[in-house]
Amino acid sequence: MRSKGPKIAVLSGKGGTGKTLVSVNLASVAGESLYIDCDVEEPNGHLFFKPDRASEEEITVKIPVVNQSLCGGCRQCADFCKFHAIAFIKDKPYIFEELCHSCGGCALICPDKAIGERERTVGRVRRGVSGEVTVLTGTLNTGEASGIPIIKRLLDRANLRDELPAFIDCPPGSACPVMESIQDADFCLLVAEPTLFGVHNLRMVHDLVKIFGKPEGVVLNKCLEGENPAELFCLERDLLILGRIPFDNELGTLNSDGKIAARESPRFRALFSSLLDEVMKEVGREAAAHSQR
Amino acid sequence: MKIAVPVDEKSLESAVSPSFGRAPYFCFYDTETKESLFLDNGAVASQGGAGIKAAQSVVDNCAQVLLTPRCGENAMEVLRRSEVGIYQSLSGTLRQNLEAFAAKSLVLLSDFHPGFHGHEK
Repeated sequence: MRSKGPKIAVLSGKGGTGKTLVSVNLASVAGESLYIDCDVEEPNGHLFFKPDRASEEEITVKIPVVNQSLCGGCRQCADFCKFHAIAFIKDKPYIFEELCHSCGGCALICPDKAIGERERTVGRVRRGVSGEVTVLTGTLNTGEASGIPIIKRLLDRANLRDELPAFIDCPPGSACPVMESIQDADFCLLVAEPTLFGVHNLRMVHDLVKIFGKPEGVVLNKCLEGENPAELFCLERDLLILGRIPFDNELGTLNSDGKIAARESPRFRALFSSLLDEVMKEVGREAAAHSQR
Repeated sequence: MKIAVPVDEKSLESAVSPSFGRAPYFCFYDTETKESLFLDNGAVASQGGAGIKAAQSVVDNCAQVLLTPRCGENAMEVLRRSEVGIYQSLSGTLRQNLEAFAAKSLVLLSDFHPGFHGHEK
């Protein structure tokens, strides 16, 4: 049996905390690895990796189509749909495509066999290569309500190379797309800012990760001299702090120029390598503890 | 004619609810019999599509007119296609709004917002 690489999900309660900074740089110091951008509403990891040898696939979902001449107007489809994606207007079903979750239930339940399905494109998944990193990027089309089908496909694609360590750049927050992104993760790395607002957001994702029962650790970003409310929160909760990234002019400049700090500067290569070591140590410890259970 | 109004309480003196899809109750007022019927809004706890479900119950209860302070695009779609007139309610009680509608002093709602998708405002 070939061995599997760990899947590390990088998440935070809000945007701009440093998820992409951390996941891009960790993947860059991990040798041959996968970087998976699940922030499908605004993927930006590719701006750093500038992947080449790119390929692309469209992601579609199934949407019901009603054959009005077969429909007897029994209304069972509208009553069945728990997402309220089907209204019943003037004795006929009317479909709200953006609310459909593609469960197929309406087509199954229809006694007249009046409901078929068609494909609807909601976004795309791109695959490319940057150095030793395989970059998978999901993009949700503007105006679409749910990125879940794209995240599912990204993670399916990643599983084709599951011998490699994978770094999952999650969407911000703690809602459905984040849950989908961390579902198969072996470890959750929470990125936190040294502010009270940062603590609020850290608590949100920490609570979410607890529900999923995933092992977790925190990386404190934008660290300054003096008190760090996020660090205090970690100490109170006995949350493991795996690394500290300074609030640093050079790092900020490299990052805003779309450069990968760990590839540009030995100082940051060392910083992210040691963060990666800490993360991998924890992942190993968890795996060992798990096998003993 | 039947008029539907989202309300906070089951009383003619209730305030009109600030939300359509997530209002706790709907009043269905019959202008001929002067009777008012208060129903629970089954959509109130919906994860999504509350506006569509609430609009569906307005349609299913045969209201021809809805008085509401606001309404989402999806609910509007259901109501318009079902030929329900959507009028903008005024601040005040249910009774005051029914009187204002009878006096033809309410105007058609013209501004429809995108859905909140579970994020109450």
